[in-house]
Amino acid sequence: MEGATTLSVDKPVRIELEDVVVRFAGDSGDGVQITGGQFTLTTALAGNDLTTFPDFPAEIRAPAGTTFGVSAFQIHFGSREIRTAGDAPDVLVAFNPAALKVSIGDLDKGGLIIADIGAFTKRNLKKAGYDTNPIANDDLGDHRVIAIDITKATLEAVKEHGLSQKEAVRCKNMWTLGLVYWLYDRDRQPTIDWLNQKFKNRQDISRSNVAALNAGHAYGETMEISGERSAYTVSEADIPPGLYRTVTGIEALSWGLVAASQKTGLRMVYAGYPITPASAILHTLSQLKHFNVITFQAEDEIAAVCAALGGSYAGALGVTASSGPGIALKTEAIGLAVSVELPLIVLNVQRAGPSTGLPTKTEQSDLYQAVFGRNADSPLAVIAARSPGDCFNTAIEAARIATKYMTPVMLLADGYMANASEPWLIPDINSIEDMKVEFHSETQAFHPFQRNDDTLARSWAIPGTPGLEHRIGGIEKSYTSGDISYEPENHQIMTDIRKQKIDNIASDIPLQDIEMGEENGHMAVVGWGSTYGPINRSVQRARSNGKKVSHVHLRHIWPLPSNLKSLLNGFDKILVPEMNTGQLVTLIRSQYLIPAIGLNKISGQPFKVSEITSAIQKHLES
Amino acid sequence: MNVQISPDKLKAKDYATDQEVRWCPGCGDYAIVRAMQNTMAELQAPREKTVFISGIGCAARFPYYMATYGFHTIHGRAAAIATGTKLANPDLDVWVISGDGDALSIGGNHLFHVLRRNINLQFILFNNEIYGLTKGQYSPTSQIGTRTPSTPLGSVDHPASAVEFALGCGAQFVARGIDSRQKHLPEVFKRARAHQGASFVEVFQNCIVYNDGVFDDFTEKSVAIDQQIVCEHNKPLMFGQENNKGLRIIPGQMALEVVTVGQNGVTKDDIAIHDETNKIMAHLLADMKSPAFPTAIGVLYCNQKSTYETAIHEQLKSEIKNKPEADLNALLRQGSTWTVD
Repeated sequence: MEGATTLSVDKPVRIELEDVVVRFAGDSGDGVQITGGQFTLTTALAGNDLTTFPDFPAEIRAPAGTTFGVSAFQIHFGSREIRTAGDAPDVLVAFNPAALKVSIGDLDKGGLIIADIGAFTKRNLKKAGYDTNPIANDDLGDHRVIAIDITKATLEAVKEHGLSQKEAVRCKNMWTLGLVYWLYDRDRQPTIDWLNQKFKNRQDISRSNVAALNAGHAYGETMEISGERSAYTVSEADIPPGLYRTVTGIEALSWGLVAASQKTGLRMVYAGYPITPASAILHTLSQLKHFNVITFQAEDEIAAVCAALGGSYAGALGVTASSGPGIALKTEAIGLAVSVELPLIVLNVQRAGPSTGLPTKTEQSDLYQAVFGRNADSPLAVIAARSPGDCFNTAIEAARIATKYMTPVMLLADGYMANASEPWLIPDINSIEDMKVEFHSETQAFHPFQRNDDTLARSWAIPGTPGLEHRIGGIEKSYTSGDISYEPENHQIMTDIRKQKIDNIASDIPLQDIEMGEENGHMAVVGWGSTYGPINRSVQRARSNGKKVSHVHLRHIWPLPSNLKSLLNGFDKILVPEMNTGQLVTLIRSQYLIPAIGLNKISGQPFKVSEITSAIQKHLES
Repeated sequence: MNVQISPDKLKAKDYATDQEVRWCPGCGDYAIVRAMQNTMAELQAPREKTVFISGIGCAARFPYYMATYGFHTIHGRAAAIATGTKLANPDLDVWVISGDGDALSIGGNHLFHVLRRNINLQFILFNNEIYGLTKGQYSPTSQIGTRTPSTPLGSVDHPASAVEFALGCGAQFVARGIDSRQKHLPEVFKRARAHQGASFVEVFQNCIVYNDGVFDDFTEKSVAIDQQIVCEHNKPLMFGQENNKGLRIIPGQMALEVVTVGQNGVTKDDIAIHDETNKIMAHLLADMKSPAFPTAIGVLYCNQKSTYETAIHEQLKSEIKNKPEADLNALLRQGSTWTVD
């Protein structure tokens, strides 16, 4: 464990750690994600900084006991700033042999395994591909093992509450959580409160779960008394003061859109079609109708984007979301939005592809699609969120650009940040800048493609406004009248104007800053999206080793910030880590003619800090 | 752009734009746009609240010629765009203008769902049984054997019936008109607009260039009166030169036959009475084909169901009423929070 120090404190003796990585893994039905969620909340309340990584199978109920059905939840927490979900778990909680099989290779040397040996039956071992029982045979090398029949212990703990066998076994995740709470000195009360609330109509279930939680905790205390095991503590992190909560990318995107709706004064029309991992935005917004949010589950991806655009046409904030394959279907309608110059927000929660790919795994391989993926010259603005909490601000920025410049905006998130959670300094909505939209109402000398001299945005006149009746469409419009025009010179003018309008956004966004390090040096590590955490931590490590390395992280992908070229020119080398085969690096090379180097990972898993760290080292030495 | 508004009553020409019409000379679309402008004038429809939304095809140019709001969109998607427009502002009077390829081929899915959801709009399908704008390929409504550039040996696939499709989708208003029937067509349009819900109207429209005369079986002057039957609610289904022909339900069968009053013992009482609310009747009427049967026009089916956007906005209103404390700051602070000093 990085930076571990031993402290002598009052009884019980606990070893103080700077940061810890815990992974819970089991069947989809083992309640792994709930266990992880509760551990996250309790850890946040304990004042640690943290990042999580839920990793689950694409199947709803994959066959029990199989390796491909393993659902995992990893949390990295510490007394310092935590940027990633951690490279290697210090503790692995394995609810069955398959979970052990899948995760054992990731575990740190000397890492602790807590295994439910009750689930290590002959049948389960075979399903996981073990010929023999690795725990019984002590085959786990340098790892430390706590092997407990958790199923049996749970049944014992809950027997007085009269649950059925099936219901009683389901409490084993709480038993295990109790043990891990003891291990890291966590308060059980928030989880007890949560259980009482969740099962308020089934007190037998809530009491059983609380009993299991307490029994797991008591088991740990007994181990400690017998002196066999060590327990740990992780102190509060030094994080900026304020009111915090945990937030996932999905929540932050949804709430950011509601904030944008309020700040623009536009009713939101959100239209979506079910697709992993974007569907949860539709679920979240559907519960916020009292914020004057209209949600629409369309018949397909195309209808979803069209309904959002039809909403914008009528003067709403039209929003649609999907993942790569769905965005592909929406492309023609996005082109129409470019042509008729209506605001439209398109969220892409990227996943591993091509085609169906790995629907529940993460990737950032839709940058080309976002920037270039339409027929003809059809530029639009592209922005990217870097973390769960950052999704909130990015959604607001998308609405600002879309309404101010009368353009579609593509917002890139990904499956990792959508599902991961992190502590979030709750913003004050009142402190967010107003961006109220004024519809055009002046009937004198009106035509629908008249433009604002500065932004080049056309006037937004909505149906229902007397005296401004007009027709728009996908056929080329006359620059001077807005009527259909097939004139060659006019098409040149309109194409140039549409490009210029998007280019102009570069002067209306913040100059690119340096996330960490100096404005010049031996290397800039340039990233976008959810690689933020591992890049930042890697650069920090390189710098602590005396290297002149800086971290640059882009929010605005198109247009790029106006100072980016000169900024990058201050470095000898540019390294661009991406979860694709090199899309931003190509963009940078083509725009600036500089020899940026790609670092690429396309495994459906986020970068490890060690992977970026060694790439930095390699390229500094070469 | 828009022709000057006359101070008092709007005339048909007040609903016309100054744009040069680009349909082929003699196209049936001219008649339909004229019928629509007349309809608007008869209704004194407020121009600022009227929106024509179209997809792609010859018919889809329609909005450019109406001095209302208009949105010429992409192929097949007008219904989906109109859905969003109605969701955002249910007060707008939205007309979707489409063709047989646009509505039944590339846009078939959206037509299905806009009818099923019962969005309160009018969907007008100009059926000419051909792709005009792309130069004459056969369409989903073309009869078997239609020779076109893409089917030089004649088409072999079975055509779809637009009104049967609409009925099957659960449309609550299904009607038919003919481009050349300038008195009848505005009546159909008016009924469509009066109906609360998705109103589907198929208009037989002659394509003078690629499919000229395809409807002559029942539209040609010399046969029209014997080959068309105008369906009117609660009235006997009679037609013909002498108005003595009628439709009778064959006893013991669920089928219609053409009979003549005064022949073979048939009396007026034997003639079926049109009931717009009877879906079986609507299917039987929709299925009639010339020359064995007259082609049914008018309102084939009309019934009432709740509309989608009304229900959605009622949910919205009730949520806003039940949760008046819609405060985003409070929402963000719900659940577990903690303070860092």
